[in-house]
Amino acid sequence: MLKGKVWKFPDNISTDHIAPGRLFHLRSNLPEFAKHVLEDADPDFASKVQKGDFIVAGSNFGLGSSREHAPQIIKLSGVSAVIAKSFARIFYRNAINIGLLLLECNTDEIDAQDELEVDVRTGVIKNLTKKTEITFKPLPEVMIKLQQDGGLIEHIKKYGDFKLT
Amino acid sequence: MGQTLAEKIISAHTEKPVKAGDLCIANVDVTAVQDGTGPLTISEFKKLGIDKPKNPQRMILFIDHATPSPRKELSNSHMVMRQFAKETGAVLSDGGQGVCHQRLVEQYVKPGEILCGADSHTCTSGALGAFATGMGSTDVAVASALGKTWLKVPQSYKICVNGFFRKGVFAKDLMLYLIGKIGADGATYKALEFCGSTIESMSMSDRFTLANMAVEAGAKAGLFATDDKTYNFLKMQKREFDFKNIEFDKDAEYEKVIEINAEDVEPMVACPHTVDNVKPARELNHIKVNQVFIGSCTNGRIEDLRLAVKLLKRQHVHPDVRLIVAPASKAVMMQALREGIIEIMTYVGAQIIPPGCGPCVGVHAGILGDGEVCLSTQNRNFKGRMGNPEGQIYLSSPAVAAYSAVCGYIADPTEIL
Repeated sequence: MLKGKVWKFPDNISTDHIAPGRLFHLRSNLPEFAKHVLEDADPDFASKVQKGDFIVAGSNFGLGSSREHAPQIIKLSGVSAVIAKSFARIFYRNAINIGLLLLECNTDEIDAQDELEVDVRTGVIKNLTKKTEITFKPLPEVMIKLQQDGGLIEHIKKYGDFKLT
Repeated sequence: MGQTLAEKIISAHTEKPVKAGDLCIANVDVTAVQDGTGPLTISEFKKLGIDKPKNPQRMILFIDHATPSPRKELSNSHMVMRQFAKETGAVLSDGGQGVCHQRLVEQYVKPGEILCGADSHTCTSGALGAFATGMGSTDVAVASALGKTWLKVPQSYKICVNGFFRKGVFAKDLMLYLIGKIGADGATYKALEFCGSTIESMSMSDRFTLANMAVEAGAKAGLFATDDKTYNFLKMQKREFDFKNIEFDKDAEYEKVIEINAEDVEPMVACPHTVDNVKPARELNHIKVNQVFIGSCTNGRIEDLRLAVKLLKRQHVHPDVRLIVAPASKAVMMQALREGIIEIMTYVGAQIIPPGCGPCVGVHAGILGDGEVCLSTQNRNFKGRMGNPEGQIYLSSPAVAAYSAVCGYIADPTEIL
């Protein structure tokens, strides 16, 4: 069971919002880079986010570059899951590969500072502040498998090959 | 039942034929990384405990995003890449050689192949009839090590473009028009497959521009059948033997067919801060520009520079505008030198920078000041993209960009072309 506070973001949060190009040189220093995560969308986020909090966004979260540093620094910031209406393709794949949880559902009724409780097993998000419940889309099977193995690298180390089909 | 181009190419790389929606393990022919994603690919690769890429000669490491290096951290990352290439036999394309996507189509990718690249614009090679898709560092590390990857075979949208462009309209305008129509997530997870009379008569350079920006609609790939244009392009690169026939099947199943009449397209501009925020250039002549960038994997080819110089020849760059030009590769740079393009551009006031990504990724060579406006031929205008979240980025064809550099504001070049 995951529990935390909501940081709300709009549609089309790009990898440039998450991991700005001007900080390209910090890609080799992810803990330092994480201090700037989402800086161009919300300058307070990186300094105020608490371990376990949720990023809640509109549609097409993570569009843009293939930089895996984007999900990496979200994960390093302590966020337990990103909840959005939809995700851009490469970001989605990257997040699963590195073990950042992404959940898809209608996020219109979730507001900043709401307290959420997420049960990954049942697929239910409880909004403790608003006393409502939202069901999220089940994760694709391949994603569940990769998550269970601890990401793609661990999956390959375990089987010496892909064991997904 | 016939196959889409995506189904056809992927099926040639799997144990048994696949169709859209299938999950498969596919052989990968070529992998690529650049200096923003390569160092992480290398560290993930090393975690696998595998010494060398499955096929070192076909793993290409490009130093193009930040070269010549503006910072010691990046210089160190470049060293990691050079060292890995030396140790494993992987191929290094060092600074000055050009942008990875241009280099991939010039030298490395063949029709019918699968390319996994740790850069979102890897889809550029789709114009060669290759299934080319962008992935993250970890995916590319594994694809390089094992020579395969997992793929969900995408559903395809057929983009049928027929008719002739009006004067002053180019492939970039068509792609901005399409993205404006379907949205920045209008094709998420899908493959765009381009066909129609406009596409058939289009140069490879223009096809690369379309394929390059498929990802800006969210697509996994932007695919083209191969034809005599493909053959001649490969021949120009002295590799016509790499040609392969990749054709559309008439009875393939497409999730959607989008018909576009080329005559409906006019010079277009994407406004800040998303690529689908598209308006006709003629409506934007109140926007003054501080910087114009002509270059990038989208529009840094010789055809783009020829077009730009045609407009620049007439007069000097506006005194309030900085014009930056980056040829997409060394080959493009050499050709531009031979044709006198670099001389004219320099004379009229452009700053020519080395082949590479230039200011597009916001690392060096043209970072915007607070509130400044840049009109660029690149593919992205996200907030902060060019190194400053206070900058405003507009995207256009090289023709609109060059004419705007002369005028000092966003200008539709139709009137003078």
